[in-house]
Amino acid sequence: MISIKGLSKVFKTKHQEVKAVDDVSINIDKGEIFGVIGYSGAGKSTFIRLINRLEEPTNGDVTINQTNITSLNIGKLRKERQKIGMIFQHFNLLWSRTVFENIAFPLEIAGVSKSERKEKVSELIELVGLKGRENSYPSQLSGGQKQRVGIARALANDPDVLLCDEATSALDPETTDDILDLLVSINKKLNLTIIMITHEMHVIQKICHRVAVMDQGKVVEQGDVLDVFVKPQSKTAKRFVQQLSPLEHNQEGLHRFVTNDSNSEVVKLHFIGNDAKRALISDVLRKYVVDINILQGSISPTQEGAYGTLYVEISGDQKVITETINYIQSSGVEVEVIQDVD
Amino acid sequence: MLTDLFPNVQMDEMWTATYETLYMTIISVIGTLILGILLGLLLFLTEKGNLWQNKLLNGVTATVVNVFRAIPFIILILLLFPFTDFLMGTIRGPKAALPALIIGAAPFYARLVEIAFKEVDKGVIEAAKSMGAKTRTIIFKVLLPESMPALISGITVTAIALISYTAMAGVIGAGGLGDLAYLKGFQRRDIDVVVACTIFIVVIVFIFQFIGDFLSKTLDKR
Repeated sequence: MISIKGLSKVFKTKHQEVKAVDDVSINIDKGEIFGVIGYSGAGKSTFIRLINRLEEPTNGDVTINQTNITSLNIGKLRKERQKIGMIFQHFNLLWSRTVFENIAFPLEIAGVSKSERKEKVSELIELVGLKGRENSYPSQLSGGQKQRVGIARALANDPDVLLCDEATSALDPETTDDILDLLVSINKKLNLTIIMITHEMHVIQKICHRVAVMDQGKVVEQGDVLDVFVKPQSKTAKRFVQQLSPLEHNQEGLHRFVTNDSNSEVVKLHFIGNDAKRALISDVLRKYVVDINILQGSISPTQEGAYGTLYVEISGDQKVITETINYIQSSGVEVEVIQDVD
Repeated sequence: MLTDLFPNVQMDEMWTATYETLYMTIISVIGTLILGILLGLLLFLTEKGNLWQNKLLNGVTATVVNVFRAIPFIILILLLFPFTDFLMGTIRGPKAALPALIIGAAPFYARLVEIAFKEVDKGVIEAAKSMGAKTRTIIFKVLLPESMPALISGITVTAIALISYTAMAGVIGAGGLGDLAYLKGFQRRDIDVVVACTIFIVVIVFIFQFIGDFLSKTLDKR
């Protein structure tokens, strides 16, 4: 549905050229929530502005629903932008307008009649849960409510795509969750494609189906959220995954909990999707004569199912340990041997 | 009591002069508002990174504004005599003061307008662009309403400057309270007329300040 090919943006200053976005190619399906994560300065904010040409691309193409955005003249681009909603980190509402008038603004731009505007705005206010606040001014609203107005405003012209530029970065954790829930429900209800820029990994974990990791203007890794979480390839992706559950990836602390039994192995188990729901440990203990000492573990839900990791120390007869590991592997759970204590 | 304090003040003269001062002020405020906002818009929009980015046009506008702001008002009136004569058909009376008043105040107000527009959140302009707004829509539905309190406090300051300009214009025959204070008060050594004119002008200034503050406050929903 959205195809981005070889997209680049070079900023020229007097003394140097900065490649803010460097040859980015991404395909996004209809109804997908696609996340783009990167540290500040990675070029993700510039990237999202290239999609609706708030920044003009230096090179490359953006195609949305067979329309090549990059080749449109300014008049047609304006028309097309009405079908690309955008929400912002700092909400960017007009303080001089009430909630109702803010949401009506894009409809005024699109030339919708007054009575239709009224009807549409009421619908949107209901959708984002702001009933009763129609006549408030933005200054009278909390951050979460302001972003709800932003979302309603972005949805006013029934867009095909919603661009979210750090939409939750200015909100507290609880409000962030509320806004993310709202975005997921809108995504499901309207089958709306969402592109989400963020530097917070839990945002990706909570709502995205696929993710691209950006570093220095380049996409260093992209794929299903679950894959990137379980097996991050790039250094940047690894750091982001680690940031989410720092304990899980800190293997140094494990040594202290390992017994000095000569016949033991420390393994890391990856549970993906439905595997996370199984009672694997009791299953194993019923079948094999081994002792299992649980060192640490965690489980995280994502849009595509949960994934979990568990560090255990298996001790017993060397042969039985090998059989046990083979059994666990054959049941679909991935096993990584961390350390031979021998 | 009042006639003891102000023996030489004739109220019908005072009211006529007040009317003339108000006439000059109100018409020139309206003219300044229009010309100043146009110039301010041009200054703002042609700036680097803005909608009509244009170095040459910005430079020319800025120079014109700076030059007219640099000319002392009393000299500007003299310089504009031929222009005023051509435009208004006379160089005497309140009407004749209008071109100089507007041309003197508009560049000053234009700078205040430019500052007011610069204070408008860039993100809001970006949001309007992302919705597909035309430049005209951005000017009328974003820039002007979002900077309204600053535009109003700016015109209040300018209006008060204009009131003192009208008094200066009065001295060279424009009429109004300045004229009255100079001709009937100063030249005839009737100091009570000067004092009365001063009181009237101060009251007019206070009224303008009050209206401006009230409007600016009421419109500010931040």
